Amino acid sequence: MIHKFKAKDINILLDVNSGGVHVIDDITYDLLDYVSPPFSEECPQKIADKLSNKYNDKDIKETYNEIVALYKDKLLFSEDIYGDYANTTVKSPIKALCLHIAHDCNLRCKYCFASTGDFGTGRKLMPFETGKAAIDFLIEKSVGRQNLEVDFFGGEPLMNFEVVKEIVKYARSKEKEYGKNFRFTITTNGMLLTDDKIDFINKEMSNVVLSIDGRKEVNDRMRVRVDGSGSYDKIVDGYKKLVEKRGDKEYYVRGTYTRYNLDFSEDVLHLYNIGFDQISVEPVIEDESVEYAITENDLDTIYAEYDKLVDKIIQIKKNKGKINFFHFMIDLDQGPCVIKRLRGCGSGNEYVAITPEGDIYPCHQFTGHEEYKMGNLYKHTFDENIKNEFAGCHVYSKPSCRDCWAKFYCSGGCNANNYIYNGDIHKAHELSCKIMKKRLECAILSKVCEQLNN
Amino acid sequence: MKHIKTINRANLSATAKKGGCGKCQASCQSACKTSCTVGNQKCASESNSQDR
Repeated sequence: MIHKFKAKDINILLDVNSGGVHVIDDITYDLLDYVSPPFSEECPQKIADKLSNKYNDKDIKETYNEIVALYKDKLLFSEDIYGDYANTTVKSPIKALCLHIAHDCNLRCKYCFASTGDFGTGRKLMPFETGKAAIDFLIEKSVGRQNLEVDFFGGEPLMNFEVVKEIVKYARSKEKEYGKNFRFTITTNGMLLTDDKIDFINKEMSNVVLSIDGRKEVNDRMRVRVDGSGSYDKIVDGYKKLVEKRGDKEYYVRGTYTRYNLDFSEDVLHLYNIGFDQISVEPVIEDESVEYAITENDLDTIYAEYDKLVDKIIQIKKNKGKINFFHFMIDLDQGPCVIKRLRGCGSGNEYVAITPEGDIYPCHQFTGHEEYKMGNLYKHTFDENIKNEFAGCHVYSKPSCRDCWAKFYCSGGCNANNYIYNGDIHKAHELSCKIMKKRLECAILSKVCEQLNN
Repeated sequence: MKHIKTINRANLSATAKKGGCGKCQASCQSACKTSCTVGNQKCASESNSQDR
């Protein structure tokens, strides 16, 4: 399978099954509309005739030979051999937890998928006992895995920060005994950041996600306090201080764009201009009836905005500026193995979420969906059938992914969105797919430009 | 080649043989909590990376 597209006057060709990327001229671009394996030794005249009004015969036949040479090198039209791997590499040990440290929040963000913090299950904080039981559960279930991940999530985890500290201390105390390496991450809205918390986060967390939507007026329209006032002025200085003290450790400022700010490239650039260089801004996923929801009608505007954004980022990098936009990151040579790419986030199989009550769900977004409750830490229950269902969920089990060129980059998308909006974890959320594909094209373009500039 | 310039020499099929070690990060936790992008992750297995 191949995918070709035009961007910034460059013709780009992706060989889906090998991951090979090529820059091609117009004649190759056009000829690829008519050729595919099996190839003959020479370009069939009837194919050459189809392009004879645009190109001369010699060039067409020369191009055909180059396509065949790449095919023989397995860099074009390479074979799809991965379906068997998808079916044989099924169950994984659990290696990652999302801990819902607080089912409560001090903001009332209008687009919050967690029903402003409590996931519709009542406001409460996770007691240390639940966190401790979760760490024990993770150690027990992670046989054969050394690197374990624990994400402190909410609601707002800084509302229960003493428990965060206790859990970190407890997990660290078990590392040597069990031969594990804990990597902690935290996602915060920044409202309760203090110097002490910044120091602890920077010492213990391998990644920190700092929520902010971009420009003040954009952020303050959606990310509001209980009294309705905006959060921007309260959080920016704390984020700057955290990032400044963090050194080279990983972080992201992360925002959500909605129908209200389809000019979201301005928000990415705003975040860059106020001093952040690790940025993730992504679309809200919401029912189409909601006023701020993104719909099919917005796609052309969104595509143009990503074009604008990738242009600006290429320029910044060309001028030796440092900026990393999460959704344009792609490693064309050293990315994840194809086994990883078959299943994506690993929700329900190698990654689960734990609520303050100790309930286990496939991921944070499934919280409150009783049919996907996998068990409870206090009752020592865990439903292997649900785990098996998620283990069997991969790009070859999802009908619309199987023949999609982007399947080894998005890995089947978000199972929770598939379930929430389509009622089936195997049924891809189409709007997300379309936006994902546009971002991937931009990501590939950005890498191609870097290489061509070098 | 005159008409085609190869940018990378990725070989996904080679990664299948030694892949699945599980050392890499769970993807949704790297930066965003509402969508996953796996293609932007790093392989955490040194042996696998070197083989490519």
